[in-house]
Amino acid sequence: MTTDTLQARQDVTRTSPSKRRLRIPGRVGAGRQHHAGPATYILLAVAAVLSIFPLYWTMVAASTDNTRVTQTPPPFLPGPHLFENLGKAWQDAALGKAMVNSMIVAGTIATSTVLFATLAGFAFAKLRFKGRNIALTLVIGTMLVPPQLAVVPLFLLMTDLGWGQKLPAVIFPTLVSAVGVFFMRQYLADALPDELIEAGRVDGAHSLRIFWSIVLPVARPAMAVLFMITFVHAWNDFFWPFIVLDMTNPTVPVALTQLSAGYVRDQSLIMAGALLGTLPLLAMFIVFGRQIVGGIMQGAVKG
Amino acid sequence: MATQTSPAAAGDRPTKEPAGPARPGGGRQQTTKNNRWSTVLHRLDVKGAPYAFIGPFFVVFAAFSLYPLIYTAWISLHRAELASMDLMEWVGFDNFIELAKDDRFWNALGNTFTIGVLSAVPQLLMALGLAHLLNYRLRGSTFFRVAALTPYATSVGAAALVFTMLFERDFGMINWMLSLIGVDNVDWEGNKWAAQFAISTIVIWRWTGYNALLYLAAMQAIPLDRYEAAAIDGASRWQQFLKVTIPGIRPTIVFTIVLSTIGSTQLFGEPLIFGQGPNGITGGADNQYQTLGLLLYEEGWKNYQMGRAATVAWAMFLLLILIFAVQRLLKRLAARSS
Repeated sequence: MTTDTLQARQDVTRTSPSKRRLRIPGRVGAGRQHHAGPATYILLAVAAVLSIFPLYWTMVAASTDNTRVTQTPPPFLPGPHLFENLGKAWQDAALGKAMVNSMIVAGTIATSTVLFATLAGFAFAKLRFKGRNIALTLVIGTMLVPPQLAVVPLFLLMTDLGWGQKLPAVIFPTLVSAVGVFFMRQYLADALPDELIEAGRVDGAHSLRIFWSIVLPVARPAMAVLFMITFVHAWNDFFWPFIVLDMTNPTVPVALTQLSAGYVRDQSLIMAGALLGTLPLLAMFIVFGRQIVGGIMQGAVKG
Repeated sequence: MATQTSPAAAGDRPTKEPAGPARPGGGRQQTTKNNRWSTVLHRLDVKGAPYAFIGPFFVVFAAFSLYPLIYTAWISLHRAELASMDLMEWVGFDNFIELAKDDRFWNALGNTFTIGVLSAVPQLLMALGLAHLLNYRLRGSTFFRVAALTPYATSVGAAALVFTMLFERDFGMINWMLSLIGVDNVDWEGNKWAAQFAISTIVIWRWTGYNALLYLAAMQAIPLDRYEAAAIDGASRWQQFLKVTIPGIRPTIVFTIVLSTIGSTQLFGEPLIFGQGPNGITGGADNQYQTLGLLLYEEGWKNYQMGRAATVAWAMFLLLILIFAVQRLLKRLAARSS
């Protein structure tokens, strides 16, 4: 790749309209006509406290011991036992293995969803082919099928394949996402100028090459957002993993049910487990919160 | 993708190229040949690549969604036990008839409906209010948005565990707070409405911020001059909210209603974990908060009756279709009457 093309690439990314839209609308549209008064700030602060308090209290409860946490009034400030409890919960709920499993599951699903959604989204947005509209309608239609409708046969299928209690049973059914395809289609329809693709064709690039050198750089911001959102969903998914996995090989949400099911009686340990299970995503939120918020808002404008 | 197109291209080659020994030399001829060859490749690429690009989605969808969908219908017409699936016995619509006679089904249906309403209505109203607040010119707007969205990062498992403790009868924080204003301890798990309220709280907590951001995005797409026009006409802020904001984001409101309706019919993790242990699957000692999702699980993975579980799955699907049909009908009637 020559420096010229690299430069061109970067220009495309920099000037594409949707890149701008992906950024959280800070001053431009926000607030519309009125400045927020004190009442607005107070109400928003209350909302923020309500959002964050249960998580804060999880940490408080996880850092005390069982007697303290079951007293009234309940504790509001952290105690001295946080790391001790985290360590115990880690062992009791087999959270180490669950953590690794969840990383594998969410990582694989997010990667494949983004890859296939970008490929399909590009085809739907920019390529002409017979049956395109029917296929796109089908994609959207699949969003309406509830997952419950599939669990019984899927469970039997996974047992037949010898995947019962194994991670592929969780990964394979969710390798692609209709919402993801739709999201990328909407994004690329605006963000990718037709002229760029034509220029690629004139230069003799085949479709895969065009995808690699032209589409991917333009799609990158949307891909990052889709990756994070899919990762959150896959990490938190409960119904199907709970059915197909058991406690010997759980994902994090499945392992957490063990804490509630009476295997662990210690309330502080239960909260320590809940905290551990949430930490990776919280960390992701602290680092990428802006982007995730922007992505959800972007999807909404279009969706 | 490339592998998919090139074998086809190789297969086409002999038919398109004239047979016979290659002619000697001739640089020019070589070029035309190359050109023709690349035209063929190009055409194949242009025609075939789109299908290769959308292919993976449809392959996975067919294997893990479409096939199970049809197979579920087939299983629901059988008596099928988990341990001996090869001995499925055809029973026609017996499973559906039995389900219709089963009190547990109607109980679960009722619970799914009431918990759905208890969680979706306050959730969407609060999201609307929150979005409106976030739509002001704000300092620290990013902080408030991220804060509103943090519950979305929490898994059902963790959220339900925490709220189960907050709603604990003897030492839970919520009963303690209620005691401060003179309310006696509420048995959140044992009392039907209290339990349904508590479960709804978990759902509301996790999803309000998410919906608020969807509304906020839609609100920011409303053209400013509509507000200006309304202000010139003397509309108060409240009237502007009702007459400009709400109509402006109507499609998004419909979208979130659809999403939360679908979510409500599938409610599973919250009641399961809230029940703590053996009472989880049955939705409390008296099934007082058993949802359709829990009933499906109980039939399939506790009673090992896959046929009945498949029937419950179809009942859930039909319920969704029914809700949307009724909603359509109401909309049409409303349009006609106005």
